[in-house]
Amino acid sequence: MKLAQLSLFIENKPGKLVAPCRVLANAGISIVTLSLADTGEFGILRLVVDRCDAARAALTEAGFVAQRTEVIALEVPDRPGGLAEVLTAIDSAGVSIEYMYAFTYGRDGRAILVFRFQDPDRAITALAGAGIGVVAPVAVGQVRE
Amino acid sequence: MTPPDPTAAEFHPASALDFLPRERLRELQLARLHQTVARSYGRVALTRQRMEARGVAPDDVRSLADLARLPFTTKVDLRDTYPFGLFASPMQEIVRLHASSGTTGKPIVVAYTREDVAVWSEVMARTFAACGLHRGDIVQNAYGYGLFTGGLGAHNGIEELGATVIPISGGNTERQIMVLKDFGVTAFCSTPSYFLHLIERAEELGVDLRTLPLRAGIFGAEPWTDSMRRRIEARTALRAYDIYGLSEIIGPGVASECAAQDGLHVFEDRFYPEIIDPETGEVLLEGAEGELVLTTLSKQAMPMVRYRTRDITTLITEPCPCGRTLRRMRRVGRRSDDMLIIRGVNVYPSQIEAALLEVEGTLPHYQLVLDRENGLDRLSVEVEVTPEVFSDEVRVLEGLRARLAHAIEHTVGIRVGVRLVEPHTIDRSQGKANRVVDRRRKDP
Repeated sequence: MKLAQLSLFIENKPGKLVAPCRVLANAGISIVTLSLADTGEFGILRLVVDRCDAARAALTEAGFVAQRTEVIALEVPDRPGGLAEVLTAIDSAGVSIEYMYAFTYGRDGRAILVFRFQDPDRAITALAGAGIGVVAPVAVGQVRE
Repeated sequence: MTPPDPTAAEFHPASALDFLPRERLRELQLARLHQTVARSYGRVALTRQRMEARGVAPDDVRSLADLARLPFTTKVDLRDTYPFGLFASPMQEIVRLHASSGTTGKPIVVAYTREDVAVWSEVMARTFAACGLHRGDIVQNAYGYGLFTGGLGAHNGIEELGATVIPISGGNTERQIMVLKDFGVTAFCSTPSYFLHLIERAEELGVDLRTLPLRAGIFGAEPWTDSMRRRIEARTALRAYDIYGLSEIIGPGVASECAAQDGLHVFEDRFYPEIIDPETGEVLLEGAEGELVLTTLSKQAMPMVRYRTRDITTLITEPCPCGRTLRRMRRVGRRSDDMLIIRGVNVYPSQIEAALLEVEGTLPHYQLVLDRENGLDRLSVEVEVTPEVFSDEVRVLEGLRARLAHAIEHTVGIRVGVRLVEPHTIDRSQGKANRVVDRRRKDP
């Protein structure tokens, strides 16, 4: 199952990260997890939130460039070697990863990996073949809008 | 291309002046120049004072080259004599006033006698004829009607030509598209940026402009580029022509492209062009690039002697394949008052605009920041990220940044830094002037 993620352009300057977070706070949106990719001058803030479309509307209204992107979330055992097993399966399937990040979400002993693949559908097939499950949106607190 | 046959039904008699032998044209120019200088000297206090201060009298103008001895007129002069200080006719003879919105405070007011209006109609008819229009054409005129010279200037020209004018004025794009479709419109007049907007709206509404009889677009009133022309022509079946004019001289109708679409023929029998060095005011050799200076040769209500347009162009003296003997001016892309000197190189914001447009397809909000480090000027261009160009991936944005920098460096010839910034972070309140932030002046 694919997961909706919001990507946001921000400048790499003091105070720039707080502004979109305030917009989300005022709209009553809860952030499930986030990751920040940065260069010297700008960054891309990637957010998984409970209500993606509402968050995007609020951010666009506030003047941000916010794009909805589809990512894939995988659940893995939170123990040494857990990530390596998944990456081995992806690697042997010959699927390219654009970027990834990880978080734990209220589940004992499990971690969630978020991937952006060049070819998401091929990645899902390859992962299913290796017996690795994909996390559904509701499992990380995203609600239907 | 062969010159038009003057006996053909489509040939408008006013266009005959476009094909005068050069010697005849020069005689006409000199005779009219004498009248203009005498009129302005005799009736406009500012001209007389300036000429007296230089020790020149109207009789000293014996050849067209002697024009260089006369003082310039500038936009500031129009502002200082607001509203009617440069008029050469009493109000009893003036039948029309127009005004152009100044960038600061008071507008500039211009006046026309009945004869001036007739001349204006004539040069606009010649403009439309040069763009291939004639009786039977249905022309939708989307220039604004009102104080702005564009609407009524084009209107009179279309009627003078004998074509059919639809005086729709600007705005209300959906109605424009409906009229375009339902009235069998063959030619459209507006600013090029408005027409691009109309194309987009038509595409959204599912109207294919290529299936309509529309075959000519007469675009002006703002600088535009050949890449905009290509975009307009690729998405429609029309040919996009550039026209040039300014209220201070007459309005639209100073110069127009022809079927060759390679430079704008100046209606030289009415407006005499010179090219000067904007720094020194010296008249430049033929073919050199510089600021266009215009002298009206038959205006009654408001003759202009050596008006500095601030527009940068080149005069082309080579014959045009269309057969017109009128010299052509290159498309105006920039103005001398916008010019920046960076490390000794002349840079115009419009060059940077053209590069941004080329890469992104539409013009993003941008700002030029100049500063000086270790005695060296540095130019950085801040460009707002739009939803169209944004990507979730760093390498795509870095690629965009590199393409923008490359395109700008290629155009202006100096190294620039490009910074991508968040939307709505560049100040829009003060228009174009704010596009440049020059921090070098604070540098000791």
